[in-house]
Amino acid sequence: MPRARKTTLRAPARRVTLLIATRKGLWTLVSDTARRGWKLAGPTFLGHIVHQVVADPRGGKTMLAAARTGHLGPTVFRSTDRGKTWKEATKPPAFREGSGRVVDHTFWLSPAHPSEPHAWYAGTSPQGLFRSDDDGATWRGVDGFNEHRDRKAWCGGDQDGTPDGPKLHSILVDPRDPKHLYIAMSSGGVFESVDGGGDWNPLNHGVRADFLPQPTPEFGHDPHCVRLAAGQPDRLYQQNHCGLYRLDRPQTTWQDIGVGMPKATGAIGFPIVVHPRDPDTVWVFPMDGSDVWPRVSPGGRPAVYRSRDAGKTWKRQDQGLPKSQAWWTVKRQAMTSDTRDPAGLYFGTTSGEVWGSRDEGRTWRCLARHLPHIFAIETS
Amino acid sequence: MSGQISHEVAVRVRVQIPSPLRSYTEGAATVAVAVPLLAPESPPTLQSVLAALDGAFPGIRFRMIDEQGAVRPHIKLFVGGVLARNLRTKVQAGTDVMIVAALSGG
Repeated sequence: MPRARKTTLRAPARRVTLLIATRKGLWTLVSDTARRGWKLAGPTFLGHIVHQVVADPRGGKTMLAAARTGHLGPTVFRSTDRGKTWKEATKPPAFREGSGRVVDHTFWLSPAHPSEPHAWYAGTSPQGLFRSDDDGATWRGVDGFNEHRDRKAWCGGDQDGTPDGPKLHSILVDPRDPKHLYIAMSSGGVFESVDGGGDWNPLNHGVRADFLPQPTPEFGHDPHCVRLAAGQPDRLYQQNHCGLYRLDRPQTTWQDIGVGMPKATGAIGFPIVVHPRDPDTVWVFPMDGSDVWPRVSPGGRPAVYRSRDAGKTWKRQDQGLPKSQAWWTVKRQAMTSDTRDPAGLYFGTTSGEVWGSRDEGRTWRCLARHLPHIFAIETS
Repeated sequence: MSGQISHEVAVRVRVQIPSPLRSYTEGAATVAVAVPLLAPESPPTLQSVLAALDGAFPGIRFRMIDEQGAVRPHIKLFVGGVLARNLRTKVQAGTDVMIVAALSGG
């Protein structure tokens, strides 16, 4: 597949909205057109555990919010007026009655292909894949995954997942083909379907799983976040429990791109963010994965690392970030970019701070603090 | 759905709603639902009370009962003041159902 050329078109100046999903509700930050001034609004769904809120990028007005509360079961809320009002899905994601499986929470929301403007996918904890064809009003299980004969082997048990439950995430749709899908599971690994979710195959060759007896298994890995490169959908980037990887299809072996990271920092983290136009540029937010896995900024000195050569080399970007005693954790959905030029970058911490850069990570400033534990940030 | 049931084949049951579920009942702390009877001499079960409740307030049942029919971890159901162990519990005429959202962490 020929590599897409970098576009030189400058995105028009417009406001950026950050949808900030937290353990206690949804907040928004709206910028001015220069992205210098930001206005915080909220909360919506106060007291709800909101795992992610996603605005439909396909031109629609639909927004979906994955939520539950401490007491109540999981659901999906829908807005068709850009978040002014919300209604609950009439049939939220739920496993087949009799399957013995129970959705604890919906974790990940992805719009389907632009040719299917009302379709969405959802990933759940424990690992399940669901689809809606009516803008999130009703959801059905994707049987090709949920009922797959190997699903149990791929996913393992609850003890194989993250502390708040094993998850299906990073649902990626090939922009050239609505039936070509990727998913990732913590744990389980990365899987691919070429028939719209009817069947799935592991896609983990080259990725380490050094917490397992056999460190290079076919599945059982722990991908933290997987993204498709913009303009080059044959390229995937992966932030894994065991490092950083890139895959250029049709190859099936992931390349280790964590080797260029400083040894003292390491290549472990939760999120990975791709540039909105340049398939060679990618950002990560490293965390401490030593001994008992503190999962905080290494040494208490937070930094973003950027590669402009598809992961061969990395540059530290920490101007404006605290120089010491900042023990942040940034979760896998809590770092994102906008589509402006230069691209804006944003991340939220589990300590409730939102940081932004309007110059592709060169300089940073705090946009909000004192929010609850941040799970996800999406732009719209 | 409840409006289509005649008085001869249904009983009205009062259900006390905890605050986390009152967004479904327009803020009401107590609601009454008409529960169909399978046989005139047989009282309804908690299962059928919750089905009638969901008919009147769509979506409320799934927030407290999972897709396998189990009561969710932080929900308790009382019938006539007694903790119900399962959804087959009979709801005698004149007894209230109380839904309790138990402690669920910080």
